[in-house]
Amino acid sequence: MSNSGNPNSSDPAITSQPTRLTGAETLWATMVGEGVRDVFGYPGGAILPAYDALRKFPIRHILVRHEQGAAHMADGYARASGRVGVAVATSGPGATNLVTGIANAMLDSIPIVCVTGQVSSKVLGTDAFQEVDITGITLPVTKHNYLVSRTEDIAPALREAFRVAQSGRPGPVLVDITKDAQQNSAIFDFEAAAPAPYRPHPMLRADSTSIREALDLLRTAKRPVILAGHGILHSRAFEQVRTLAERGQIPVACTLLGLTAFPASHPLNLGMMGMHGESWVNQAIQQADVLIACGMRFDDRVTGALATYAPNAKKIHIEIDPAEINKNVRVDVALIGDLKEVLETLLPLLPKRDGAPWLDAISAMKGDAAVRDIQQLPDNGHLYAAHVMHDLWRETNGDAIVVTDVGQHQMWEAQYYKHDRPHSLITSGGLGTMGFALPAAIGAKVACPDREVWVVAGDGGFQMTSPELSTIAQENLNINIAIVNNGYLGMVRQWQEFFYDKNYESTPLLSPDFVKLADAHGIHGAHVRKRGEVISTVQAARKHDGAFLIDFHVEQEDSVYPMIPAGAALHEMIRRPAGNPLVETASKA
Amino acid sequence: MLHTFVALVEDKPGVLTRVASLFRRLNINITSLTVGNTEREEISRMTIVAEAAEDRAHRIMASLYKLENVLEVDDVGRHSAVVRELALLKVVCTPETRADLFQLAEVFHARIVDLAPESLMLEITGSASKIEGLVQILVQSNHKILEMARTGRMAMRRGHHTSRVVEALSDITPGSESVLAGKPKHVALDLIAEEDHA
Repeated sequence: MSNSGNPNSSDPAITSQPTRLTGAETLWATMVGEGVRDVFGYPGGAILPAYDALRKFPIRHILVRHEQGAAHMADGYARASGRVGVAVATSGPGATNLVTGIANAMLDSIPIVCVTGQVSSKVLGTDAFQEVDITGITLPVTKHNYLVSRTEDIAPALREAFRVAQSGRPGPVLVDITKDAQQNSAIFDFEAAAPAPYRPHPMLRADSTSIREALDLLRTAKRPVILAGHGILHSRAFEQVRTLAERGQIPVACTLLGLTAFPASHPLNLGMMGMHGESWVNQAIQQADVLIACGMRFDDRVTGALATYAPNAKKIHIEIDPAEINKNVRVDVALIGDLKEVLETLLPLLPKRDGAPWLDAISAMKGDAAVRDIQQLPDNGHLYAAHVMHDLWRETNGDAIVVTDVGQHQMWEAQYYKHDRPHSLITSGGLGTMGFALPAAIGAKVACPDREVWVVAGDGGFQMTSPELSTIAQENLNINIAIVNNGYLGMVRQWQEFFYDKNYESTPLLSPDFVKLADAHGIHGAHVRKRGEVISTVQAARKHDGAFLIDFHVEQEDSVYPMIPAGAALHEMIRRPAGNPLVETASKA
Repeated sequence: MLHTFVALVEDKPGVLTRVASLFRRLNINITSLTVGNTEREEISRMTIVAEAAEDRAHRIMASLYKLENVLEVDDVGRHSAVVRELALLKVVCTPETRADLFQLAEVFHARIVDLAPESLMLEITGSASKIEGLVQILVQSNHKILEMARTGRMAMRRGHHTSRVVEALSDITPGSESVLAGKPKHVALDLIAEEDHA
């Protein structure tokens, strides 16, 4: 994320000269000044003055069905557009309903600003109706938050909130505004309310010594691997990472959130690393002698057991947050700063190198799997989620924004939908929030109305936020929805199968007829039960003008392979069993 | 290892909670914490003492800096610093034990700040070990401590090291009330030779 200035454009008419405004008007005027065009919210008592003033401002308000949805929509909006997403809610339950969405944005470093109404300053702390200490509650899950009880403080707090949300390592910010602060009047002066300039973290350090150390490691590396993370998207360092990979002939492994940071079709892209990464990706990391971690944080889902993680590799960590250095994995060279800036310093000094021996060795590890094309596998009468994802990728030319929920379908999407465009996968990585997909997709569609948007969700997660179908209907949004329906809370069932003796306790799941549910919202839909129906139904959904829901009834007890059991070493993975229909040999392909 | 962090923070409501919450989240017990005014009206100074391994200390520092209200952090244990705390001790004191207590107070440079028929109050300033030394002697000499209050550590680096933040603020607000203004910067104020005494 850029540190300088707001990429949003501001409206000069409202922000040109000081005017006397109510707090409610100040709130929206400041947002307009910050370039906000769309907000996601739900009105209520303590935020009513703000809603009363909303009509006067050029801001589109999307009414959600639950405040968690508002936070996820702001999140999806931010991820799709690079702009700050905004969610609005009332005090008390409105505010607490935001919390999951805020935590989700925190764990994935997404810039959103949440505005909540608060009871009048005179009754703060008295357990007044719908009063809750939301700044206290959200303290550990926001980058920063504000309690504003004076009208004149609204604009400065809000402007600072926008600055904080998108500077450095981005994150969610909450601004809690008392009802009387919204009702009272004060002079609104947009320019005077400008926040202090962004202060880079004082522990940033990418000096010539550490750059030289990194270069020395890269120069002599025989088996280097780039670990591409979410920070590449935030820093917009696509070109730099690509140059690093190409000039050094260095293979690239991606984290889940870094999947769109490097084109899937690039010959140097190995694919996703970690718990459900393909074997050769994790083997390459385990055998590497130098790892160049770019904007990633060595999460437990990508490292496996730390004691055995990449034992022979020297680690170079390029990261903007000093608190991430040596947190999980001890690194040899830390380049602490904005990824793009660090790489721009480093790249001119990086000589070309011959990567052929190492790339050949990785190709050998891929073996048969390297030529896998599950498209060619014979139809055995079963519908596998992998085929659904694969066909969806082919039919959409890999060009859609895919917004996933959390679970098996999320991993299958990551494995079988090949993303070549940055920001084209929106998924809940850090918090793993079921129910994220549908609202986040609404946010993405509002941000990018001209892009094709697909929700990919499981039958479990979809039901957590399915009332947002109403929001899609009311806003008339053209969003396609693919439900990967296996009648189980699939990933939990998979863990029960592997680690709990197939004790499927509380994972079989009854769902409504999702097509009828869609129909009840005036949304078209179709069931798919056979592999042969996948492509034609996807085509129908794409052709249809308006939202379309497809309920894919897939194999019930399929599992995501490969899998590294939690706490095991990266190379100790559970491979696809021989009988798995997705196992194929080169000759079959 | 015991670390002493000095944090300059904005003097605003809720800042203490944010700092304390950071330690809570890392499951680190705060040994002592003092907060007070500084030479700048809008800045408070926190001295936080906590037990933490070296790599955790780095993370604490980096995480403290991530708080929007934190302006500067120093791990003063890494540098030569003056570290002091203040303690008040209420001790049982009878006419028979009074002379001994007065003598102990003198040796430890403690002051007697209250004298009642059956007790007296000692005020002692110094390093933690000096205070603990006095406590130990009192206990071993069978003086009964009725009450003890300790402030926890305060620390300041020796020599000419001033906060970059305060310096920067002084630069941009000419004529401000900074006590640094006009003082020769090279003077190392080392006024506490008595420390070696105890």
